Amino acid sequence: MKLRPPTGRLLVNRLVSLLSAGAALLGLAVLAWILAGVVARGLGALTPALFIHLPAPPGVPGGGLANAIVGTLVMTLAATALAVPLGLLAGVYLSEFGQDSRLADQSRFSANVLMGMPSIIIGVFVYALVVIPMGKFSGWAGIAALAIIMFPIVARTAEDMIRLVPNTLREAGLALGAPRWQVTLAIIFRAARAGLVTGVLLAIARVSGETAPLLFTALNSPYWVSSLSEPTPNLTVTIFNYAMSPYPDWQQLAWGGSLLITLGVLALTLLTRFSLRDKPR
Amino acid sequence: MGIGPGMEEAPGLERVHAEGASRSAKLCPRGKAHFREDAVFKGLSIGGSLLMPLLVAAILVELVWYSWPALKHFGVGFLVSQEWNPVTQEFGAASSIFGTLVSTLIALLLAVPLSLAVALFLVELAPPPVSRVVGTLIELLAAIPSIIYGMWGLFVFAPFMADYVQPALGKTLGFLPLFQGPPLGIGMLTAGIILAFMILPFICAITRDVYLLVPRTVRESAFGMGATTWEVTYQVIIPYGLVGIIGAVFLGLGRALGETMAVTFVIGNAHRVSASLFAPGNSIASTLANEFAEATGTLYVSSLIELGLVLFLITYLVQMTAQFLVRRFYRAWSAGL
Repeated sequence: MKLRPPTGRLLVNRLVSLLSAGAALLGLAVLAWILAGVVARGLGALTPALFIHLPAPPGVPGGGLANAIVGTLVMTLAATALAVPLGLLAGVYLSEFGQDSRLADQSRFSANVLMGMPSIIIGVFVYALVVIPMGKFSGWAGIAALAIIMFPIVARTAEDMIRLVPNTLREAGLALGAPRWQVTLAIIFRAARAGLVTGVLLAIARVSGETAPLLFTALNSPYWVSSLSEPTPNLTVTIFNYAMSPYPDWQQLAWGGSLLITLGVLALTLLTRFSLRDKPR
Repeated sequence: MGIGPGMEEAPGLERVHAEGASRSAKLCPRGKAHFREDAVFKGLSIGGSLLMPLLVAAILVELVWYSWPALKHFGVGFLVSQEWNPVTQEFGAASSIFGTLVSTLIALLLAVPLSLAVALFLVELAPPPVSRVVGTLIELLAAIPSIIYGMWGLFVFAPFMADYVQPALGKTLGFLPLFQGPPLGIGMLTAGIILAFMILPFICAITRDVYLLVPRTVRESAFGMGATTWEVTYQVIIPYGLVGIIGAVFLGLGRALGETMAVTFVIGNAHRVSASLFAPGNSIASTLANEFAEATGTLYVSSLIELGLVLFLITYLVQMTAQFLVRRFYRAWSAGL
């Protein structure tokens, strides 16, 4: 038997290895490029005024995004308060009661569809559901849109995390004569706490950078948040409006807002990564 | 505690049951209350999970309901007309659909090979600590909000495209109509490239899983035959995990189709179908983002909602396919195939 010399094949292999390392490098480079760009342009705008002042008209120096920061926080918190209990309930059903039933399968499929649905569609939906009947853009509509985006994320992570709790814990609780709901809330939730918190943080990270679903639900406003049934200021739509404006000081503010959002979302994301890593999976 | 077939005839079983019930009632005086409470708890949890299919259905119903005026007025012509004129109340979705498809196609053409390569690097080539760090960083690309991609795309990446990439492409491949026209920076090509970076982490994550799920014996027997890493990947791993990889591609496709803010910033927002990738265009999502809040008049608003309906239907189909494929892969894997 005559052996084929492997030179050509080794060369191809070397080439592919190089290319794939290059691809990974390219990914990292883009990440670094984006972060560097945001930091370089946003750092100058990150003044105390950004956190305490209302936006100024174009041409007037100073001005901040305080109202938008408050608005984003209020809407995100309210959406969390709405979506988390519902999401946990759905997660409990999927993992404890439904399991492989048809209803559970259907819900799981719908959850995945909702998670993959473009967030702008959620915006259109909430516009039709809330804004048209109310006759105006409102903070409530923005909250509804964000909550709808969070809900399936919380539900699916809750399901996965509750499934990880060993059955012996359930049986021990039931054997003590505790009803199912007590076992679930007091024992299983406690055992799965880290995972559940991670899921909630993930959902918050996901929505706090969302712009599309707020564009025609919460809209935006240059004033303080006075009532949630009025258009409500928020960081992301403000960034969009200011970035598209021709005024350099508004664009500068938009970069400041971008830096804030990026730092917030990345911090949340890294937090969830590390809290997951601590738990043996 | 299953009751076997032989036990049905056991004498006095009913009496035993009745005794057991009364004894357990004594042992657990709140048994009945517990039963009721649990029924309520289960009911609530069913309600929570039913909410998800209900939401999907409600979205479809609302979108059809509110796009009805446009559906009736324009009919099928809506999908093929290039006209988009709020003044004359003439609306057609052709340029938006075209832009959505073209920008997504560019994104996939770039992101799929890149993701496969990055996954190969993470699984086969990099030492584990490097792979962990690089993997986390690549996943961070998915965490960056779309509006940040938009800001970066418009103010950093578009000028770079206009100064370096587009002139170079125009010089070398300018004989193709795809790469003709002035290098504006913004436009279809820039949008597609940014989309590629945005969906890269999604495709990469699943592809990496697929690579990892190929049984060790299969991989090692290929190595044992003297195959190189590339040959193992190309001839063993990829064919083995093809269904999963295609599923991953569909997931990325779904993301790219509906991506809004990043595209809105850089695509140029012109209702026009043009052959050149340098030319500004629009997508369904970018049209909605730009015009929805300011739209007035029933026909205008309902045309926009019909655009949303089209996007909903496309992403729904794509999602369904993706889930079917990914699930089939994982199921085949857990069955040991």
